[in-house]
Amino acid sequence: MVSAGLAASAVTIAMRRLRHTATERLAPIAGVTGAFVFAAQMINFPIAAGTSGHLIGGALAAILLGRSLGLIVATVVVVSQALVFADGGLTAIGINVINLAVVPTLGGYTVFSLVRRVLPASKSGVVAATGLASGASVVLGAMAFSLEWLFGATAPVPFDTVFGAMVGVHLLIGVGEGIVSALVVSSVLAARPDLVAGARDLSRSQLRGPVRVPLRALVMSGVLIAVTLAGVASQFASSAPDGLERVVVDEGLAPTAAASASSLGSGLFAGYATRGVDNAGLSLAVAGVSGVVLIMLVGWGLLSATLGGRAAPSRRVLR
Amino acid sequence: MFFADRADHGPLQDGLAPEARIIAAIGFVGVVAFTPPRWAAAFAVYTLVVVGAVGALGVSPTAILRRLTVLGPFLVLALLLPVIGTGDRMSVLGVALSVDGLWSGWGIAAKGTIGTVISAALAGTTPTARILLGLQRLRVPALMITIAALMIRYVGLIGDDMARMRTAMIMRGHDPRWIWQLRPLARSAGASFVRSFERGERVHAAMLARGFTGSMPELGDRRAGWRDWFLASIGPMLAAAGLAIGWYVEAWS
Repeated sequence: MVSAGLAASAVTIAMRRLRHTATERLAPIAGVTGAFVFAAQMINFPIAAGTSGHLIGGALAAILLGRSLGLIVATVVVVSQALVFADGGLTAIGINVINLAVVPTLGGYTVFSLVRRVLPASKSGVVAATGLASGASVVLGAMAFSLEWLFGATAPVPFDTVFGAMVGVHLLIGVGEGIVSALVVSSVLAARPDLVAGARDLSRSQLRGPVRVPLRALVMSGVLIAVTLAGVASQFASSAPDGLERVVVDEGLAPTAAASASSLGSGLFAGYATRGVDNAGLSLAVAGVSGVVLIMLVGWGLLSATLGGRAAPSRRVLR
Repeated sequence: MFFADRADHGPLQDGLAPEARIIAAIGFVGVVAFTPPRWAAAFAVYTLVVVGAVGALGVSPTAILRRLTVLGPFLVLALLLPVIGTGDRMSVLGVALSVDGLWSGWGIAAKGTIGTVISAALAGTTPTARILLGLQRLRVPALMITIAALMIRYVGLIGDDMARMRTAMIMRGHDPRWIWQLRPLARSAGASFVRSFERGERVHAAMLARGFTGSMPELGDRRAGWRDWFLASIGPMLAAAGLAIGWYVEAWS
């Protein structure tokens, strides 16, 4: 219920930000592109023969439509899946909106803007930023889930376990989401660059020419972001003392207890201050980072397999 | 497949205005979501209410079973919790399982199932247009209603479009079951986005030509009266009674 409130307020803020633009013009276009996001989620992308994943598309929606409209479209997709298509159930609708719409669109768009600031203002920069932001958005959603678990769930599983499992699995999913989103934006930029909200600032000359993203640079920056995330995350994870989790479990704290959540928050940061520089924390960070490196190696393998071609490694580009 | 009008007749369905149905479903699921998993008696009452409601509404059981497949990942989580959970352990068929993990796994499975069945019952007995009408009357912003209406209208069409592109890919010798086929798949998705956006522009022009002012006109449908709200309150009331029974049994056993 707290999460439903949070989701509602995020959507309200996005609506208010949109009030200054021509919403009645945007609404039908957003509706039909919402159908696109929905359909893209239904189409499974292959991972290997037999297994497949599908797009979450939150970051992609934000980059194509703009942050506020992307958030609203992603929210409508999630809510309709629950109410109209009965896909996903009603019990967790607030949590689902947060993890699948609010966090991926806002978080993904933030990463997108930050990366765009570093990269050159060109089509290639937009494509690379899309890939990194979409990948990060999936991981951020997983992190949000683990935090909700810490505050809301009554299950007696240590926070570290949930966090590690969720973030680890979603790093791999994020690689796929990033590749697909980058390719989608790349092909939209080729046909109708004016439709990509995240590339509105580019002039016509900056939009000219082919998209050339050096694979090596992309992988390097992906590793950098993942390592940063993992380093920060594992510090955070180790700073949640086990006793605290026992308290959460023993008291059977339902998501209702907002007051206890805030006291938990202060306890968490107190733990962070004392234990953050601990040896245990350091070793956890190392473990997290090495896990990320492993996953990025797998991801690199996937990337080169996807892009195919027999060109020399230095000439491999993401077109 | 999404737009085929669902059965919308029968004693309960004709009577109840859509906004009352939505509130009834959310109210019932809300009570269930707040129930501690250990209050087993409450879940027995919920099950009776859900089965009774599904029977009274005449929702086809196969449709509900089909919807329940979305629960898969949650059930995996529910099965994992007893294994990876901490705390006291008990032996189940020779395997030491976490007691707390068993309870919370049961809670996730039970609440998820109830929530999914209820939303399947709502979606299965109420045409999409009326669900949107109900949401509009519950003061969901017009922008979101318009987006949802057009999204639902066009999702089948765009999905079919994507399926046709996939067929075309296969005809040209692609094999989109493997990861190295991601690039053509994603490119066709990009083309699909451009087409969707341009379709949106055309739809908007057509809507303007028909006098669209920013919100969808309300259909001539009856609003919820006191009778609707009374009928709608039965489900949540029964759930609240179940909650009380569950608390009583747990407290005095």
